[in-house]
Amino acid sequence: MILTIAKREFKSLFLSPLAWTVLAVLQGLLAYLFLTQVETFTLIQPKLASIDGAPGLADIVVTPLYGNAAIILLLVTPLLTMRLICEERRNKTLSLLLSAPISTADIILGKYLGSLGLLLLVVFLVTLMPLSLLVGGDLDWGKLAANLLALVLLVSAFTATGLFMSTVAGHPTVAAMGTFGVLLLLWILDWSAGMNDRRSELFEYLSILRHFQNLQSGQLSSVDISYFLLFTATFILLSIRSLANDRLQK
Amino acid sequence: MTNLITVDHLCRYYGKVCAVNEVSFTLAKGEVLGFLGPNGAGKTTTMQMLSGNLAPSSGQITINGFDLLDQPNQAKRSLGYLPDTPPLYKELSVQEFLHYCAELQGIAKNSIAQAINHAQERCGLTAVSHRLIANLSKGFQQRVGIAMAILHNPDVIILDEPTVGLDPIQIREIRALIRELGQDHGIILSTHILTEVQESCTHVQIIHQGQLILSESIAGLNKTMNTGSLHVTTRLPADTSLLLTIPGVSSIETLANNQLKIYCHVTDDTTRHIAETIIANGWELQELTPVKKSMEDIFIALTQDNS
Repeated sequence: MILTIAKREFKSLFLSPLAWTVLAVLQGLLAYLFLTQVETFTLIQPKLASIDGAPGLADIVVTPLYGNAAIILLLVTPLLTMRLICEERRNKTLSLLLSAPISTADIILGKYLGSLGLLLLVVFLVTLMPLSLLVGGDLDWGKLAANLLALVLLVSAFTATGLFMSTVAGHPTVAAMGTFGVLLLLWILDWSAGMNDRRSELFEYLSILRHFQNLQSGQLSSVDISYFLLFTATFILLSIRSLANDRLQK
Repeated sequence: MTNLITVDHLCRYYGKVCAVNEVSFTLAKGEVLGFLGPNGAGKTTTMQMLSGNLAPSSGQITINGFDLLDQPNQAKRSLGYLPDTPPLYKELSVQEFLHYCAELQGIAKNSIAQAINHAQERCGLTAVSHRLIANLSKGFQQRVGIAMAILHNPDVIILDEPTVGLDPIQIREIRALIRELGQDHGIILSTHILTEVQESCTHVQIIHQGQLILSESIAGLNKTMNTGSLHVTTRLPADTSLLLTIPGVSSIETLANNQLKIYCHVTDDTTRHIAETIIANGWELQELTPVKKSMEDIFIALTQDNS
């Protein structure tokens, strides 16, 4: 049942120009950034050759690429998730799901997986770029896998936040703005933590960026992974609660 | 006969406003229940609660033996619901939309195609099955909504104002469809069009300010409607006191010269007695017309009494 809703959601995205535009624009932007990194690498390659333990192709090309992809996705995810529940409610199509023999959790998870599908597709297309380097070079597979994992966990968290905002908000743009606000705040939280040498451990822990960069560097620590999993689970649970509350509307 | 729906002391508050107050009724197989009420009477709220879209403040709803709150999925499986705004995904074609609905309703994969064909035939959608819902007229969209509600052959079908926005021919077709469906399903139909209830329902309920003020079968209602009046014109003035003695006559109103309005049971017996008395006394009967109470009269009388 969850998959039925997810499949429908995923297909519906491609019925409008939205998904195609997002894929095309993201691919274009990231390809440009990727090529600049490759250019940089070819320029400094002779110097690197003389240094012992110098950063390799993966460090110079792959890590910045995934970092950039993360920032662009921070901007794009709110636009993709804003319509999930919000628009159904506005078009009064939500009652189709609510009166069908499925639970609220099924609806939310289906919607979640459907939109996550598109973002995973974006991640897949991004990954094709470093893989294309295999034609003329060699890659640090561990680094690439770590980056891939980091980005997948990141978009899972982004989507969950967007879904929750879409369940709460009354209008899609409000949902998009809310998602963007929350995500950006959590992203930049770390900046203030470093000020005046007084580091706030709480802010440091809450910051998405810090956990993302830890994973990107190839240090797979359970703290970072469970941060993302908890983040995602919390927002999904909140969404389920919030949708169930629709029936109560005082 | 077992009841498909049992509603027990249903209440719903929005803040302090009471939208539905202590509503109880039952629905059995083969019944078409017309749910009447003026705007804002609580019809849609009741429908939403019956379909599980809205939680009741108190009270119990049992569908096909399953409690709607305790076992929502089993209860909803025997339920087809068309809200006042049909929930249609406009970017899909009729076929795609019904396929999605069939999957949501948990119809087995190998019988989905058959169920869709059946529903499309019943609602006259076969010709438009590959067109986008957004491009269909309002009437066809409404039919897609009905097809969605009957797709999984539910025992109970709830239709919230199904004929709104349809042209007269479509209205007749939909009413015929409702009567046909009513033979082997239980149907609840909400409307504020009175003739609709008279034409397609077997039972009628009037809700006003959240309370049920009438619950009656159409046959019983017709009986109430017979308590009407007779319009009598004679050539010579009639003696009203003599007419009042006839059994069944409750009161007499003099309208004009030799024109009387007699309030009585409009049954053959009383009418014959009146006619005979007039002729026997030589008042020369010129006109005798039964004035039946229409459902509209009952509706207005009931809703105004309570306000």
